[in-house]
This record gives sequence, structure tokens and C-alpha cells, in this order.
Amino acid sequence: MSDEYAIDVRGLNKHFGDKHVVKDVSLQVRRGEILGFLGPNGSGKTTTIRMMCGLLKPDSGTGTCLGYDIRRDSAQIKRHVGYMTQKFSYWDDLTIRENLDFVARMYGMSDRLGAVDRTLKGLGLTERSNQMTGALSGGWKQRLALAACMLHNPELLLLDEPTAGVDPGARRDFWEELHRLSAAGISVLVSTHYMDEAERCHKLAYIAYGSLLAQGTSREVIAAQGLITWAIYGGNLAGLSETLQKMPGVEQTVLFGAMLHASGRDGDLLERSLRATAAGTVFRMEKVDTSLEDVFIYKMKESANRSGTGT
Amino acid sequence: MSPLDGFSLSRWWSIILKEFLQLRRDRLTFAMIIGIPIVQLTLFGYAINTDPKHMPTAIIAADRSEMTRTMIATMKTSGYFDIVGELPDEEAGRAALARGEVQFVLNIPAGFTRSVLRGERPALLVEADATDPMATGMALASVNQLVGSVAAKDLTGPLAFLAGGQAPFEVRVHRLYNPEGITQYNIIPGLMGVILTMTMVLMTGLAITRERERGTMENLLAMPAKPIEVMTGKIVPYIAIGLIQSTIIILAARFAFRVPFAGSVVTLYLAVLLFVAANLTVGITMSSLAQSQLQAMQMTFFYFLPNILLSGFMFPFQGMPAWARFIGNLLPLTYFNRLTRGIFLKGNGWWDLWPNIWPLMVFTVVVMAIAVKFYRRTLD
Repeated sequence: MSDEYAIDVRGLNKHFGDKHVVKDVSLQVRRGEILGFLGPNGSGKTTTIRMMCGLLKPDSGTGTCLGYDIRRDSAQIKRHVGYMTQKFSYWDDLTIRENLDFVARMYGMSDRLGAVDRTLKGLGLTERSNQMTGALSGGWKQRLALAACMLHNPELLLLDEPTAGVDPGARRDFWEELHRLSAAGISVLVSTHYMDEAERCHKLAYIAYGSLLAQGTSREVIAAQGLITWAIYGGNLAGLSETLQKMPGVEQTVLFGAMLHASGRDGDLLERSLRATAAGTVFRMEKVDTSLEDVFIYKMKESANRSGTGT
Repeated sequence: MSPLDGFSLSRWWSIILKEFLQLRRDRLTFAMIIGIPIVQLTLFGYAINTDPKHMPTAIIAADRSEMTRTMIATMKTSGYFDIVGELPDEEAGRAALARGEVQFVLNIPAGFTRSVLRGERPALLVEADATDPMATGMALASVNQLVGSVAAKDLTGPLAFLAGGQAPFEVRVHRLYNPEGITQYNIIPGLMGVILTMTMVLMTGLAITRERERGTMENLLAMPAKPIEVMTGKIVPYIAIGLIQSTIIILAARFAFRVPFAGSVVTLYLAVLLFVAANLTVGITMSSLAQSQLQAMQMTFFYFLPNILLSGFMFPFQGMPAWARFIGNLLPLTYFNRLTRGIFLKGNGWWDLWPNIWPLMVFTVVVMAIAVKFYRRTLD
């Protein structure tokens, strides 16, 4: 079992005071797989990741990370896992080289200077290695952070919203790098808010209000929901959205700029309602594949209604 | 263009309101705003006394008579001297002064009364621990006036002739340790503890809260480093800084202020290490409690205030009321001040210093236990 899975945790629970922030989360990541960890802000993603890498002790639940017990072997896990925190957490008042050198020392690397030099070269930062880290732009900080958490050649990467606030070009480069690492056999768990990034993952896990709501490939996650979706174009889509929400069979409307998605599980009822509303208007419509975003918005509302915490 | 152009009263008012809202939520700042004046008022208003009275005084009585009893009673009623006991001989008197157990020793020589009656004008000897000139000055000034009142009370009837003219006996005063009453001799060794308190508590507090505030603590803990390594690793540099600071002060005391150095340098550095350890535990505890660097600074300041005022650094310890001495006895600086002054001026050895060393050890252990308790909590 420990050979097949990089992460295999079952029934994780964590409370902060009387808040139950992670509820019965079970999660598996195969070796060499990229798992996208999705969910709204405050849904328990960071807490789950911290439990996996031994920074927090779960209140209940068991599991292994690279075959090491997450409760007992946190020292071993830390040695073989690269964890990139949500907030840039290297030292602004150290130079780039000093930061990398510190990390290499912490992991007790035998070829410390060589590893630092290779990393600097790989980043293309050799010339700037004596600059203060605080002076780097957001994109560079993110690249440095990834390189730093890769320095000790971890077998598993836990990346907490690594691309938040990074421009699209840098994000694309970042994902190419992740796929290169994955091809080399490194497992990755990456949390994100971007749907295009979610589509790039091998598997997805969706968490909301502390509960894991869906897990699988993006195709599986979408299919499991059984939503039929139509796209509508033209005219006052915001007004149309309000009207449609009152119609039978329309369970959800989502506005994507110049396009409105209307979804429901009863395809015929949905189509009748849409045709009735759009008849004799400027609106054009067509049936489309349900997107991940439709599914996740649907799931979030569903769990909010169930737990009574949403609006 | 006038800076008031386009000044909007309502905008201005909303900024004021916002500031008050934030101030009210920032509990610690609010507590400081209220707490500091109250603490200062209490300390300066009630605790601090620049005309200290009730100084512990021991008596070596080799002669007992109506007159010596009157002398002792008069000293008591002056308010400056509290008679705490009798000592067998001069040697015991010196030892009690060296350990700081008493501020004064009144020595009544054998045959004193007979000498007075013979009109030989003998002398009473008062030995004083004059380390802190402020603590002894007023009391010693009062002593010779007391002679007159003793004479007026006891030398009546046939002895009245002794009361007239010159005083029937005199009081000779020995100011030990700081005979010239030079304030610097007292302040400079004391300053060492004050500076160490300030830097040790503040620097460790900031060093640890800074990691937390910037989010780098999480990164540190995600690496294989153990919490104990992180903690101690962050603290050791400040021990070095404490030793450097102490060295600067010792050198300045020696060469710039010419403070006599009667004790052992090794003893002094060991005392410094112990005191640094005590303060580091305070710093660690504060950094566990403080949410931000600002809070750590506020807490340090709050801790620093009673240390300055109640430790005997600025004002004589014995002159304070019992409750203030009680608080002072909880502060490591109180003991360290006695250690540095004892080593510098009195040349105290380990035996004399011990009464002020064990409290520092107890303090360190107790606060360390508190620090460990709170530290665990902040990790999870």
C-alpha cells in the first residue's frame, strides 16, 4: 500500500477550539500523480496539508505520507516532503543564496554548495544570488520558493496555493515544471483556486466547509454530478440570470463574462424552461459540456445548504 | 494652495472614529494606555521614597545601660532605623553588611556609659553600607542630632553638668564600600542589569515573534528542525550579545567611571550568565504570548517599568513599603543589582552572594516551565 500511494490518509479530523475545520477527510495520491486540491477560502485546505506534513496533529484519523505514519513519523516526513507555504515564507532580509544555503543546511545536505549552485543556475538567478530576497517580484519569489522546497530532492511536494497572485505566463511555466517533476516520479498535491490549473491535474479533490465532497479525475468529478449545462449568449445576461433562477429545472446559473451557464440535473425540464424564456428574444443558446467550475459552484451551494453555514 | 483646501470634516471625523475603533480592539495597547499611568502613579506615589526610612539596623552592645537603651529607642523613634537584632561582635556586623542583610550596624563599645559619666566624651560607632548614597545619607545625617536628645533625657539632676556645653559623647560614622558617596559607583553596576533586562527580553521577544509575523516560522517548522533547536538556536546569539554588553559596561565602569572593582571577574560573568538566562526565559514567554512584534515590545515595556523602579536600581530598596518590596523580590533585576554591586563594591564571594543567587535560579526554572507550557500551545 505504501508503495502505491504517496499520500494515503483516512478519516482526518481537526478542531480549532469549537470549530470543526476538517471533517473526516480521506485522500489518496498515487506516486507520480498531481492531485489538485480545490475548495473555497477557509474550507480547510491549508489545515489538511499541514496535518499531512506533520506540522499539525490530527484530532483523529490515520494515514501515511510516503509510507511514514503522519502521527508518529513527522520527522521522517519533513525530511522527504517539500512544503511550500501559502504565504512566501523565506527570509526577506537574507540574500537569495543565503536563503538556499540555509535550507540546504537544515536538511543536512552533503553537497550543500553544489546543490545551491545548481538551484541558482536552474532558476537563472546566479548573477542575482547576492540580492536581498525581499527585493524580488512576486513571480520570482514563487519560483524561488518552489526551488527552495525542491532543494533536498523530496519525493512529494505539498504546494499551498503556489500561484496565487502570479501572472499567467509565470503560472504556465510553473505548471510545465510541475509536470516535468511528476514525469520524473515526484508526487504533487497542489491547492489552487484556478479552474484552468485544476484541469491540468491528474486527479482532483474538492473540499468545502471541512468536508471532502468529490475526488477523482476531472471527467469523473463532472460526470458524477450529472449536471446538464447550456450556454446562453447575447443581451442582458445578468437580468436573464435572475429570471432563469426562478424557473423549474434551472438549478444554477453562472455568469462567465459574455456567456451564461444554466445547469440542472433534469435535462428535459431545463431545456423547456430555457426555450420558454429565450423564445422571441436576442438570446442564442447551445448545449455545452458541464465545466468543472459549474460543478464546484454547485457543490459549494449544496454543502452550504446542508451545513447551514452558507448564504 | 492652503493645506486646508478641500478639508472634509466628515472624512476627518471618520478617520478619528476608525482609529478609536481599532484602539478599542487592540486590547493590549488599551491596557497599556490605562495601565501605565496607574502603575507609574502607584510606584512613584506610594512605593518610591527618596528619604528612605525603616532601614534594617543591627546592634553590637558591649555595654548596656539606661543611656544606651535611650540611644537605641531614640534611633527607633527617628523612623530611620529598624532594629532587627543583636550581633555578637564586629566581624558578624561586617558580614551582615556585606550580605546586605542590614544597612547599619550600631556598635556600643564596652565601658561606654562609664566613660560618658566620667566626661571622657567616648564615641559610638555606626557602620553603614553606603553602596547607595541615597539610602544612607539622610539617616546618617540624623544620627548626631539624636545625641542631643539622649543627653537631654538621661543626663538630668546631678548629671546635668554633662549635658551642657559639648556633647557628652559622639557618634562616629563609617561609610563602607562607597565612603565618598559617589553616585556613579552605585548606578554603573546597577545599569548593567537594566541594560541586560532591556535587550535580552526585547530582542528574544522580537526575534521569535518576527518569524511568526512574517510566516517564516511555519517554514522553519516544516523543515526537519526540532522546535527545541529553533528556540535555542535563536537565543544563543543573544547570550553572546549579553556578554558583549556586560563587557562594555565593565570596561566603562573600570576605565571611564573609575568604579572600584573589589570582587572577582569570573564571579561577575557567571552572575551575568545566570541573569541572562533568567531574562531569556521571560523573553521566550512573552514571544509565545505576543501575537506581533508590536505586542512583544509593549509587553517588554510593561515588564521593564517595575524592574527600573522597584529593583533598587533607581531608588533604595529598603525605603519602599512592604508590598513594593514584595513585588521587587519577584524581579530578577533586584537580585542581580545586589550581585553586581556586591561584586564591584564589596568584593563579595560566593557565600555572600548566595542569598541573591538562588532566587535567580528559582525564577529561571519557574519561568522556563511557563515558557515551555505556552510554547507547546503555539505550535499546534
